This record gives sequence, structure tokens and C-alpha cells, in this order.
Amino acid sequence: MRTLRFQLNGDDVEIAAPDHWTLLEVLRYRAGLTGSKQGCDKGDCGACTLHVDGRAVLSCLTLAAEAEGRSVTTVEGLVGPGGPDVVQDCFDESGCLQCGFCQPGMIMAARQLVTENPQASRDEIKAALSSNLCRCTGYTKIYEAVENACRRTLQAAPVSAGSAAAAPGGKGRG
Amino acid sequence: MERNVINRTHGPDAPHGEFHRVGQRARKVDAIGKATGQAIYTDDIQLPGMLHAKTLRSPHPHARIRSIDTSAAEALPGVHGVITGKDMPTKYGVIPWTPDENALAVDKVRFVGDEVAAVAAVDEDTANRALRLIEVDYEVLESYLDPHKSLQQHDPVIHEGNKHGNVSKHVRLEFGEVDAALEAAPHVVEDDYFFHGTAHAPIEPHCAVAQSGHDGVITLWSSTQIPHYVHRALARVLEIPAHRIRVIQPHLGGAFGGKSDPFFFEFCAAKLAMLTGRPVKFLLTREETFYTHRGRHPMEMHFTTGCDDDGKLTAVDSKILIDGGSYSSFGLVTTYYAGQLLCGPSHFPTYRFDSTRVYTNKPPCGPKRGHGSVQPRFALEIQLDRLATKLGIDPLEMRRRNFQGAFARTVNGMTVTSNGFMECLDAIEQASGWKDKRGKLPFGRGIGAAGSMYISGTNYAVYPNDMPQAGILVKLDRSGLAMVYTGTSDIGQGSSSVMATLVAEELGLRMDQVRVVAADTDLTPVDLGAYSSRITLMAGNAAVDAGRKLRFKLQEAVGEKLGVPAKQVMLADGFAFDSQDGDKRITSQEAFELAEAKFETLAATGSYNTPERGGDYRGGTIGASPAYSFTAHCAEVEIDVETGEITVPKLWIAHDCGRAISPVQVEGQIEGSTYMGVAELQMEDHDVYTDPAHPEAGLHRRPSLLEYTIPTSLDTPELEAMIVESLDPEGPYGAKEAGEGPLHGSLPAVANAIYDALGVWMTHLPFTPGKVLEALREQGVGGGAARAGGASAGEAGASGTGASGAGGGGSGASGTGASGTRGGGGGASGSAPDVAAIRARLAGKRDKPEGDA
Repeated sequence: MRTLRFQLNGDDVEIAAPDHWTLLEVLRYRAGLTGSKQGCDKGDCGACTLHVDGRAVLSCLTLAAEAEGRSVTTVEGLVGPGGPDVVQDCFDESGCLQCGFCQPGMIMAARQLVTENPQASRDEIKAALSSNLCRCTGYTKIYEAVENACRRTLQAAPVSAGSAAAAPGGKGRG
Repeated sequence: MERNVINRTHGPDAPHGEFHRVGQRARKVDAIGKATGQAIYTDDIQLPGMLHAKTLRSPHPHARIRSIDTSAAEALPGVHGVITGKDMPTKYGVIPWTPDENALAVDKVRFVGDEVAAVAAVDEDTANRALRLIEVDYEVLESYLDPHKSLQQHDPVIHEGNKHGNVSKHVRLEFGEVDAALEAAPHVVEDDYFFHGTAHAPIEPHCAVAQSGHDGVITLWSSTQIPHYVHRALARVLEIPAHRIRVIQPHLGGAFGGKSDPFFFEFCAAKLAMLTGRPVKFLLTREETFYTHRGRHPMEMHFTTGCDDDGKLTAVDSKILIDGGSYSSFGLVTTYYAGQLLCGPSHFPTYRFDSTRVYTNKPPCGPKRGHGSVQPRFALEIQLDRLATKLGIDPLEMRRRNFQGAFARTVNGMTVTSNGFMECLDAIEQASGWKDKRGKLPFGRGIGAAGSMYISGTNYAVYPNDMPQAGILVKLDRSGLAMVYTGTSDIGQGSSSVMATLVAEELGLRMDQVRVVAADTDLTPVDLGAYSSRITLMAGNAAVDAGRKLRFKLQEAVGEKLGVPAKQVMLADGFAFDSQDGDKRITSQEAFELAEAKFETLAATGSYNTPERGGDYRGGTIGASPAYSFTAHCAEVEIDVETGEITVPKLWIAHDCGRAISPVQVEGQIEGSTYMGVAELQMEDHDVYTDPAHPEAGLHRRPSLLEYTIPTSLDTPELEAMIVESLDPEGPYGAKEAGEGPLHGSLPAVANAIYDALGVWMTHLPFTPGKVLEALREQGVGGGAARAGGASAGEAGASGTGASGAGGGGSGASGTGASGTRGGGGGASGSAPDVAAIRARLAGKRDKPEGDA
């Protein structure tokens, strides 16, 4: 058992948990944040994807201890005072959500892409989401959702979005 | 008693001339909660003092249990309950005629992974430690890992007391004189086909949470797609009255048929909660979901199809061996569906099917999306293409010539109402550029098509009763809110959104004025659940029924207030108004208040039962449906003849769903179904080690998502979904199913495209690269048939019918050799091809169209 100190969705938290627990377990069973899902518990499905210091990671393969001193953002933490994040809203709007179980992870992966490369092509979107399995949709409408999120991001702040894409680590993937 | 048939149908028209909610690309009622993490799935439930349960599984495919010693497990600190089969000895089965399952094994285990004992402890780690302390003394029995062995040998029998040895179910039905028709048919194709086992693999593993209230009420939250059947099975197995059980389905993370059966973990969670007095959660690991299974049945299929010189079908004859795995599950229905659901959209005047489901010592098979009919559809649609090819008929034209028509009766006595299959064919033909591609793409590339039909719910109630198949309750609140209470299970397919849309349409409300409570046996009227694609049609009709009763009251009360006849009152977009004078209007909320004052507290139930349907013979209602959906698939393929790798760059899918209540959700179902079908064709394979000498005989070969390989975004073809709306008289506003039909044709369309690409028929799934190379070797890419202005010309030449193909003759080495013979396999009965030489020649030409033969 150890006490972990990290930032969780903007708040400083102290959480005691067994040494061998993953970040996913600590969030779901200690912090009560059940938005991040456990689909396989071995890094195959991506449903547990969240952000550590702004980068998408698989929380089922991340020991909780690795989050010490870092900033963790879950799908719940994307929601701001103004409501759901643009990526969440686009997923809702597109109708791509069926069972929704993969979507918290999918949305966190998409969020990183939209931040880093809002001009992403369809192929870049496919590559960026390729760590996240969806069993319902055939992915088609998810691409549309991410494209809409990119479009809205560029429309809202064309200049800053451009600079975000040029920021360190922001070259996108694929 | 005369059955009170409640099959009020409402016609395809809008309540007031035009639709306001139906057909809109609206947001789903539950999507934003899922996108933000607010939606609660079963594993998200945490109750105070909750224990965690785990199960001990059999390491043997077939063994007798001599004894179980749980004393050491019970003594482990942190363990609160240990149960075995003797704690719940009552057998159950989702089909009441085949109750062959126990919550935990009693006396015997029947597959590697069969559940033997369960432990509830303070946490999962402790429960897992306790499992290792349980000692089971097994007497290992000879096992059955090959369905043929189960046919031939019955000692030892897998299920003691089964009347037919290791045969689970046999159905043989014949309509018309099949043998005579085949004898007389000038063109016959006969082949063996194999469809392998596949898993549902929803991203959410199964989970249940149970609480035993001190008021004597057991509450079970479960990731089930049929709460009503779980409710009934719990009462039976726990031996407590059903009214003391409440089953709630929280948000559910995908099912595809895999969460239809009542499962051991549901019984165990409830039993352990009763024994310990504490809430119990039972979450399966991903690995365990592969043992729990109930996936697609492997089927060995022998198909013979005949047609006349015009390509009109004259007979279809099938013999199918179904590998059922260790328990019945829905297997009785599967065995019927393997034959009953094939009789459209192509008509054939004589038909016989002979299906035998056997038990084997493998994880139990059950219903997977397109239950029972995806496998024979694969065989039949390839045979249609083979006949078309023999006769030199374009495959789409072949299907047009055999189209059964709307308002038709099938050979097995089913009633087809609306039928938009011809429009589906037109849609894929145009969208795919079929005419410019079929037979015209360079070697290694091809295009193919297939058609299919599927039920919109089944007349066959799993347990016989005279009550409605669907019920709903709608309550109107003074706040202006319409509450919909429905027993339907939203498993991601969007049924809650469909119910809300239908009620909003009927009552003239905005979507934010309707909320849905679903799948809670205490709160919602019985609905039979999310299976057989039944909800939109059945529960949808019930929703319109309830909504319409309330609409009449609103119209009457508002008419009185506005001084106009009730029929002149329109309800739309949150208002009630005079259709002759739009300025005379009040809000929906005011209308609710007026009606409540005039009548009483406002609520209405709605019900639906199926009209009389089906054939007048034993099993004649299995496969009978009020309405059928129709689909046409077109697939394009690219094959690397060096590696055998198949790439499917794109599929076009046109689906006749009747009225599309929610077009965006229909598209989602079409895309998701087709994705799943192509995944089965190319990537997925649910199987165990079948060699009895293998040290892990009976063990699942790949029980993880990584090894089982469900497709990523990079593996999934481009999917173009097209909606065809043939408004059906039976459906709510004309709607039919969309969730399962659009899977069927995806596999044979790809198989038929492979023929167009390579000139070989592939018949045994899954289509791995090795099988592609094997098919090329065995069948030979015969001379010009490889690409002689269309592979279709190859067989036409060989069959000697004189029908002119699209292009050059071709040597027809891939053809059947002689016209009308029963020589199956399409083997190289002509000159033996020099495969290496042909491939070498073709490899150099892969990127440009072949010229003449």
C-alpha cells in the first residue's frame, strides 16, 4: 500500500492503494471515476485510454505509481464549465455512439489527435485511433466525428490551432 | 382460450401528414452520457460492503466430478462464501424445452472452462487465491472435439438422459419434390461449405451485481440483453418467487447476441448475495468471455442448387452439421434458422433442409448477430453466383430474375410483406460502378455481390404464452415531460432512442420532452428483449399504440379549449394547435394539464403481438416474422497472389429497413454489421485445440482480443451504407429491422468478388492467406478464366450452354467441366493447369487488365 499524489482532472489528490494496482484500478475503485473502462485489462482494446501529462496512455498497463506527481485527465475531466468538450460533443452529434463502452478511450485518443493535428487527414485519423477497438460501428461514423471536431477546432481558433500543431510533440502521427 | 391478438398496426403515415421526429438525424437519448463518462455500466456499480466473486473452471473437456473439497477455500481470511453445483441443482435453459445447464457443474463438466465453483471474497485477489484452494477430484472421460464423432458415437454421452445420444437437435423439412426438381434441372451446382465459429467480443465483458435486500427482494444488475429471461431463470434456479426478484440492465457495452442467455455468473452473484447478506459483483475477465461464448455455430454445409436455362432456380437442397458445443443454449432455434431463413429474396419452388446440431466438448455456441442464417446464406449466395457464372448471367441479373416480389409467400410458408430488394440491387449496382468493374478489373482485383433477408422479430415466443410480445407504458407529467417505460434493452443499437422518437412523433414533442426508463423489471412492462431484431417493429408498435391513445385525449381536451373539432388539433414540436389556424395554439405542457383536468392522471399502456404467421407444420412459426428486411451487398477485393492476402477496400451496402425511424442509427447498424461480417471472413476464428492427443485438447486457442484479432480502424474496409425504405404495413410507421440483416451478405459478396478477381471459388471460412493460396493451387487459375474479359465467361464456355459471356471464351479450367453434372468443387476437371507458370505469367500482368484469352 502506498499513498499516491497526483493531479486528477485539475485537482490535487492523495489516494492510498496497493502497490501493484494500475492507474485504471485506482481511478475506478478508489477515486470512483468509472468513465475509463476495462475491456481487456491487458492493453488490447484501448477502452481505458486516458491522458497523463496530455499524452494518451493505456491506464490498464500503467502502474498507478507512475502517475505520481503527474497530471491525469480522464473522459470526465474533459467536461468543462461550458459543458462537454468539442470532441465529446462531436461524438454525440455524429451518432457514432452505439454501446459507448469503447468511447471514453476512443475520445481520449481523438482528443490528443485534435489537439496536435486538427488538420488530420482521414488516414491520419485512422492511424491515430488504431489502438482503440470498437465492436459496434465499423469506425465509419467515428471518423466523421473526429473530422467534425477538427473542423470546429480550426474554425474556433485557426491561428492557435496551427501553433498547437507546431508545438513540441504535436506533429501528429501516421 | 382464444388468443387475444394485439397486432394493431398503424400504417406507414405520419400522425399529421408529415413527420417531425421520425427520419431526423437526431442525437441519441443516451449518447452524451456515454461520451462524458456519466453513463453507468454494470461494472461501474459500487455498493457499500460489496464482495467480489470469481469462478473455478474445469481444466478438462469432459470429466465426471467425483468430489469437491472447498474447506480450505472457506477457511481463507476474507472469503465470505463458496458455492458449488449442489447449491443450485435445478437445471435451466433459455429454451424451456432444452433445460440442460446448471449454474455450476453438477456431477460433470463438459468443456474446458465449464464452471465448477464460485467464491465471494473481500476482493478479487482473495477470491482468486481461494479458488486455488478448492480441490476437485475428476474422472476424465473421453471427449468429443469433432462434431462427426458426436454423430457416430454416444458412449460416453455428453448429456445423460438425452434421448438422441450426442445429437442436440435434428430438423428435416422438405417443401415440394426436391429430388425430382434437381433431377430435371439442366444446371446444378453442388458443393461443400464450411463456416467456422466466431465470437461476439463486445468491448464490455459480462458483469453482474446482486443485492439481497432484507425485505426479501433480490436485485440483480446485469449486462444482459434479455432481462425478462434472466428474471424467469433466476426464479427457477434460486427457487424463489419471481415477484421477489428485480432485474435491471444498466447501460450495456455491446452484446451482438452474446448476452442473451441467462448465465452462471448471474445465478452465482444472486446466490452468493443471499448467502453472505452482502452485495456481490461478478465480473468476467476478457479470457473468460471466450469460454462463456454462445457465439456463432460452426457449420459444415452441403448445398445443391438447380436452375433452368434462364437461370430461374428450381430447387435448393442442404444438409448441415452444426457444432453446438457443450450445451443447448438457443440451439433448437439455431437448427431451424439454419434452414428457415433462407427462402428469400430469391424464390425457389422446392426446398429441403436437413440440419443436425450435435453436442461437443467445446464452449457452448448460441446466437450471434444473424443467428443461424449467416452460415447457410454464405453457401446459398455463392451457389447463386456459381449458377450465374455457368450460364453467363450477370450475378445481379441472376438475383433479379429470381426475385420473389413483395407480398409473396415463401416456399416454406412464410409471409413476405414489403420487399425493397430490387431497389437495393439498383443502389449497389450504381454506387459501386458495377457495370464498369464486374469482369473488367485487372487480375487479382474483383467485385462481387450477395443478397439476403432477415426477420423483424419472430412469431415464436421462446416460452409459449398468449400475452403480448411487447408492452410499454407512457406517462405524461404536468411538467410537460413524457416518460416512457419500456422493457426493451438498449445494447447500443439505439432502441431507447427509437422508443423516444416514436412517442415524441405521436405526441408532437421535442426530443428533450421525452425521457426513457428501460429494462428494469420492477418499473417497465415486459418486453421480450433485444434478440431476433424484434424491438423496432414489436416494441415500436407498442410505443405508437400507447402514444396514440394519449394523443386522442390531448386532441380532445385541446379541441374543447380552442373550440375546434378534436381531429383538427395538431401536435408538433412542443405545441398543440388548430391545423386551420396556427395562431390558435398552446404548449404541450398546457395540453397535458388540460387533458389531465378533463380525464384523469395521464398514462397509457401499449402492446403488440404478432399476427398469425408461418407454415402449418411443426416448427412453422420458427423463422416466421411480421416483416422481413432485405439487403444487397457489393464488395470489392484486391488479392496479393504471392502472399494470399485479401484486402477489401470497400463495400457498398443497401438495406431495406422499411421506414428509417433514425437514419443515422440505421446506417450505424449497416456499417457495424458489415464490419463484423468481413471480420469473420478474414480475421476471426473461435476454436479450441481439437486434436485429442494435444496436451491442451479442448482449450481455447486464442482467448484474448489480441490473439482473436478483432479489426482495428486500419483493418476495416470503407463502408458505404445506403437506406432503402419500402414502407411496411406491419411496422411502426412502416419500419423493419436493421441490426442483423446487413451482416449476412458481407461474406458471400467477398467470396463472389474473389471469384471475379481470381477465378476460384472459396468455400471454407475463414479466408486466411494460406487458404487463398491453396484455392489457387487446387482449383487452378485456369488460362483465360483468370481474366478473359471476365471470369464469368470462363465457366460459361465450359458449361457449354452457349450463353455468351461478357468477353472472351476462356478455357474454363476452373469450371465444373461438364454442364449440369453434380461434380462438386468446381475442380480443375479440364486440363490440369501449370499453376506456377500461370501465376508467374499473371504476376507480371497484375496491374493491367488482361486482354483476350
